[in-house]
Amino acid sequence: MDATILGAAVINGLLLGGSYALVAVGLTLIYGVLHIINFAHGSMLMLAMYGAYFLLMKAKIDPYAAIPLMVAAMFAAGYVLYRGLIGRFSHGKDENILLITLGLSIVLENVALFFFKGDSQTVTVSYSDRMVALGPALVPLPKLVSFVASLVLCAALAWFIARTDTGRAIRAVAKERHGARLVGIDVEKIFAVSYGIGIACLGAAACLLIPSFYVSPSVGHLFVIVAFTIVVLGGMGSFIGALVGSLIIGLTESLSGLFLGEALGQIGISLIFILILLFRPTGIFSK
Amino acid sequence: MLEVRGLSKIFGGLRAVDSASLDVAEGTIAGLIGPNGAGKTTLFAALTGFLAPDEGSVRFRGEDITGRPPHLICRHGMVRTFQVTQPFAHLSVRENIMVGAYLHTPERALASARAEAIARQVGMADLLERTAAGLTVAGRKRLELARALATQPKLLLLDEVMAGLNPPEIDELIPVIQGIRSSGVTVFLIEHVMQAVMSLAENVYVLSYGKIIAQGAPRQLAADPVVIEAYLGHGAAQRIAATAHA
Amino acid sequence: MNWKIPAALLVVALAYPLVFRGNFAINFGVLVLFFALIGQAWNIAGGFGGQLSFGHAVFFGTGAYCSTILQLKLGWSPWSGLAASAGAGALVGALIAALSFRFGLRGSYFALITLAFAEAFRILTNALEFTGGGVGLLLPLKRSALNFQFAERIGFYYTILALTAISIGIAIWLQRSRFGARLAAIRENEDAARALGIDTFREKVKVMALSGALCALGGTFYAQYYLYIDPAVVFGVDKSVEMLLVSMIGGTGTVYGPLIGSLLLTLVGEYTRAITDAQGLSLIIYGSLLILIIGFLPNGLVDLFKLRWRRKARA
Repeated sequence: MDATILGAAVINGLLLGGSYALVAVGLTLIYGVLHIINFAHGSMLMLAMYGAYFLLMKAKIDPYAAIPLMVAAMFAAGYVLYRGLIGRFSHGKDENILLITLGLSIVLENVALFFFKGDSQTVTVSYSDRMVALGPALVPLPKLVSFVASLVLCAALAWFIARTDTGRAIRAVAKERHGARLVGIDVEKIFAVSYGIGIACLGAAACLLIPSFYVSPSVGHLFVIVAFTIVVLGGMGSFIGALVGSLIIGLTESLSGLFLGEALGQIGISLIFILILLFRPTGIFSK
Repeated sequence: MLEVRGLSKIFGGLRAVDSASLDVAEGTIAGLIGPNGAGKTTLFAALTGFLAPDEGSVRFRGEDITGRPPHLICRHGMVRTFQVTQPFAHLSVRENIMVGAYLHTPERALASARAEAIARQVGMADLLERTAAGLTVAGRKRLELARALATQPKLLLLDEVMAGLNPPEIDELIPVIQGIRSSGVTVFLIEHVMQAVMSLAENVYVLSYGKIIAQGAPRQLAADPVVIEAYLGHGAAQRIAATAHA
Repeated sequence: MNWKIPAALLVVALAYPLVFRGNFAINFGVLVLFFALIGQAWNIAGGFGGQLSFGHAVFFGTGAYCSTILQLKLGWSPWSGLAASAGAGALVGALIAALSFRFGLRGSYFALITLAFAEAFRILTNALEFTGGGVGLLLPLKRSALNFQFAERIGFYYTILALTAISIGIAIWLQRSRFGARLAAIRENEDAARALGIDTFREKVKVMALSGALCALGGTFYAQYYLYIDPAVVFGVDKSVEMLLVSMIGGTGTVYGPLIGSLLLTLVGEYTRAITDAQGLSLIIYGSLLILIIGFLPNGLVDLFKLRWRRKARA
């Protein structure tokens, strides 16, 4: 095997992992605090991507400039969804939350399908096709940007959780929700805030993905199983785990595609997912 | 009937049950008492296969059953109830008891008839069609008892079946348990309610910090100030004294 | 046991194609029964057994591919293929269950691993040559009842009616049998079930095998009805979700829930197709119904029909 091809596959895999990390980090936050599996994560990403798409097409707002706006909008959407729907309808059962978020994803995807049809849309910005030489590989600038941004996002979240009052409350609730309630923390509000933050990450992810990706009603599917795999692999609730897990999965996908071929290569992720669920459902980084 | 030798259960260095040895003779009612956190429930869980013992052996009806899974131990004739009642909440009382009765018959009609008979035995015949979730604490305790009895055990392990009941309810339940024993079922019970231990058990083991520290007839233990003061504390000593003189 | 309801339903179902003879009406009947069958298959594991699955397409696809490949490569009759499918579905069900339950997966984790297995099967059939890859497999047209390809749609109708009747019969049996009682106990409280002498592992593997077998029958029927299968459809997430929706909306853990759910969803599907060309409307309605039912009618639509044979487990 040519070292250049292998090197390029490694770099592409890492960059791909960066994109996955953008999506997985919010999912792991939601899991870590609420102990629920947010099945609507992919369709919320799809929603955010359409948001970024229309901001560019209709309002001429550059996707990178739209990040603050989309983060705020997605936070609000997540907060309201949790308060109005998920928290209220689940009767406190995690399997119900799984089913409600499944229902939500069906609705969101098909609303998008109803209005936007099934076609894929791509955007073109001035830097869409700018390539950067990175060792043996030529990589598109937007992918490099989103890789760096995923590191920044993980660091920012880790800082937020460790250093702010809200972050401390979130940690308290994640660790011991009954105890948190006893010391006067509004647990339901912290749940909604955490869900909001997890969804807000998708606002940033969407803006970073859209210059180098397409958007369609079913685009979330590409990320759902991958993101779950990453979250379970990295240990549900761990940001560093999500980041490392993303890179491992990105590499796996790129390398198994290289060695097994495009079609069979995808099986690597499913197999990792199954094996991790069976042997280390708490993640490989857990003690 | 039950011979436990040197049984230990260790949680991360903590010996929750520490080389416990005890015997329960056929046809008797034996008791297990001890302060909160002494390891009583852990000991029951290790006897019935819910926890795998780390050391020691459990012999039951002549067979070594150490480390067998709960369902096989149940089939061999030893069944437990849970301290925190675990009803099949959305099933009726009848259906709950039938689950136990199905152990020995695949026939629905037989299981149902057996459930009715047992409901009468434990005094819940008029609650048969009630959903388990709607029962009072006393009702749930009886249901635990009934379900376990329905498996036709040789040895019944009762984990604080009196806890949470008021005195009249306790007075009602005591003859029920005596009746179970006279029907040929050996009983081994964990109990905090001293009145119950006093009037039911013939032989009582005292567990403290995982160790069996005393054994004997309840009155003998109640009169043993060293045991009481050292292991049950002042409050318990007074309670037992009061019950003993009542 | 009240035999009036199943008997009346059977009479209605037998008479239906004799009264409504048009192709549209018979196709509608076939679809209702087909979704009722795979919904019931899901319900037996997810409702009666309490094992929430997001990947039942793995059994459906196994059935579809099993009979189709036996037919194309070995020249088996699709009727023998139907029996083989049931066996293959049961085997896959038992294997997935044995692996998952041996490692103690429950609840949402079990849902995720079933999803992962369905994905793995989809990718495999998509990549392998003898399954036809992503192009799928086309069954040659040879109309004959012996070949499970009826010249008249009514033949398909009575075939799927028989399969669905079997699935409902199994659900009735589960309500009245020791196996069903044990499943209810496991669903309600697994520790208590173990304490009462139930081998919970074994019972859970059994119910997944049963559910897998029934679901695989649906897969074979699908292949014979449409004469074409591909990995994305028969192993796809959408197929798993359809089964779950039919059962959840109608009422999980109930005998007639999947039938009611299937009737409603098929009606909604046909109606929305009649009023709009835009895709997605029916699924918007299904998804909303799922959310509303979990919020307000935890026993499904069956509650509205007052057919409460079984108090469902969801506390």
